[in-house]
Amino acid sequence: MKRLISFFRRQPIWAILLGIIVITSLFRPDFLAVGNLLNILVQSAVNGMLAIGMTYLMINGYFALSVGTVMGFTAALTIGLQPLSIPVAVIIAIAAGAGIGAINGFFVAKAKVNAFVVTLGSFIGVRGLIYIYTGENALVGQNYDFFDFGASRVLGVPTLFLIMLAFAIIGEFGLRRTAHGRRTYAIGGNVEAAENAGIPVHRTVFLNFVLCGATAAIGGVLLAARLNAATPGLGWPDTNLMTIATVVLGGTSLTGGSGSVTRTLGGLLTLGVLYNVLNLFNVQSYYNLLLTGLVLILVVYVDSSLKTKRQQTFR
Amino acid sequence: MNVKASQENGSGSGGDVLTASGSRAGSAVRSFFERQGLIVAFVVVVAFFSIASDRFLSITNIMLVLRQVSILGTIAIGMTLVIVAGNFDLSVGSLASLTAVVVISLHDVIGPIPAMIVTLLVGLASGAVAGILVGKLRLNSLIITLGFLAGLQAITLIYTGGRYSRIVAPEETWFGFIGRGFVFGIPMPVIILAILILAFSIILTRTVFGRHVISVGGNPVASRFSGIRDGNIIMLTFIISGGLTAVAGIMLGSRLMAAQNYLGQGYEFEVIAGVILGGTSLQGGEGNIFKAFIGILIIGILRNGFLLLGLPYYFQWVAQWVIVVGVVWLDVASKRGKLLA
Repeated sequence: MKRLISFFRRQPIWAILLGIIVITSLFRPDFLAVGNLLNILVQSAVNGMLAIGMTYLMINGYFALSVGTVMGFTAALTIGLQPLSIPVAVIIAIAAGAGIGAINGFFVAKAKVNAFVVTLGSFIGVRGLIYIYTGENALVGQNYDFFDFGASRVLGVPTLFLIMLAFAIIGEFGLRRTAHGRRTYAIGGNVEAAENAGIPVHRTVFLNFVLCGATAAIGGVLLAARLNAATPGLGWPDTNLMTIATVVLGGTSLTGGSGSVTRTLGGLLTLGVLYNVLNLFNVQSYYNLLLTGLVLILVVYVDSSLKTKRQQTFR
Repeated sequence: MNVKASQENGSGSGGDVLTASGSRAGSAVRSFFERQGLIVAFVVVVAFFSIASDRFLSITNIMLVLRQVSILGTIAIGMTLVIVAGNFDLSVGSLASLTAVVVISLHDVIGPIPAMIVTLLVGLASGAVAGILVGKLRLNSLIITLGFLAGLQAITLIYTGGRYSRIVAPEETWFGFIGRGFVFGIPMPVIILAILILAFSIILTRTVFGRHVISVGGNPVASRFSGIRDGNIIMLTFIISGGLTAVAGIMLGSRLMAAQNYLGQGYEFEVIAGVILGGTSLQGGEGNIFKAFIGILIIGILRNGFLLLGLPYYFQWVAQWVIVVGVVWLDVASKRGKLLA
């Protein structure tokens, strides 16, 4: 019990999630129906994949505006390259995502161009690549094994969600137990100190951009498996917003240096549950967008007022 | 240091920027090319399309391009002020959609002038709320305006119920003149944009408010110690950005005489790309409204040029990627004297 309370104190998002679930199920018992809960998990899988890489990047003190179109591009590649066989299509898609991440990482870490400019550029440019590759057409998959895989379940749980969860566990392990993870925190906390301590700053930042591109690409693959189709408009322009909202809501610091994939998972499920609740109460889907916006503003406000309070107690 | 440099840069309109090349000679030419990456990019883009297409430099086409960029150009003025003061405004695209929808839907109900006034108020109010959150409460502008991007788009959809708005009898109103009219052969939006650029260039470079904007962005701590109310200055930049976006929304609605809910989607990215091309520093404290317009013009020329060459419109997005990152890289590299850090 004590451990649970201290966990909730450290990661309040899980307490908020629990609260929302309890309150909702009092008003709408059908919220707890297995089918409904599984629905939330399916819908969270893609966004969660994108948010894992973004968590690394944000802990590192950066963020990428390009994850949305990278997801769209790799989803289109996964569908379009199916004739080459599924594994080849998936590998090429992930390589493409990692490659775009590497371009971003090169310009941010080596050329020292502002990350906002670099990822804004690739956000727009990769959108162009999607249109060039698809020729403005929607691609429809012909391989129904792949589609069946996307709709499949393991022990009743959607496979796509389990894949995301597996990556989240690896991601959390990587942050906590590997040298790369510790360097990521150190650089996000204080770049100069990290540099003086001999941490390879350039390489770590570069790797995190590659990682973020790769997870966005895996998100694209999962999306392709779910839809068995890809339209040129996928990922434009709200996906970046959702991904950043997920990470920020989880409690990863906006300025870098603290955060975790577990928190992001909490943010992911909370947003998923909130959308689902609106849906259960028959609220127009437009309000989902409004909710995302308000949540972002609220979280930033709370984050900032907590920080001021902490600074005051230190004095 | 920052403040001084930007005042030198911003001390006049585009005229001195262009003629500055003549006064330097010899080895200075190389440093000019490195420093004025924008002008180089502009000349290269114009030269390329002039050679590739004989229609590109015709008066009709130039007017077409200018009219097309006048909407992004108007938004870019406010964006430049916001960025110079050290923040971002990602809400402009959604706000342009909302204001266009508001002016069109109210036109037939309360008449053109009241509709335009209400629209302007919507823009100013949105800017004021964002300005209070960023300026007064000191919240991260990127995330706050990202929230506005989503929120304003949602409000637009809720307001229209997802329906398309249009003016029922476009021939019976003068409202279309703002977006479609010509004065002495010059499109009306271009005239409005020219006046706004001139006015805000003077405001940024010649007034106390402008100097405060530059110093708040360049050195927030020093400006606070010298008694500048930085919160108010930042709030004002957001209010101006909201107001100018409303003006752009009115021009957009007037040109189309109709408005669709996602009209301005993605504008924020094109505007910021243009402003960045125009050499406005993302660290704040440095920026020039006329150069921001040149940046927007480059983006407009790319769109126009690719269409003239018969290439699909989406090639321009890849070109924007290369040019935006390339120009900023050139700028950073010339400041530190080598390509890679």
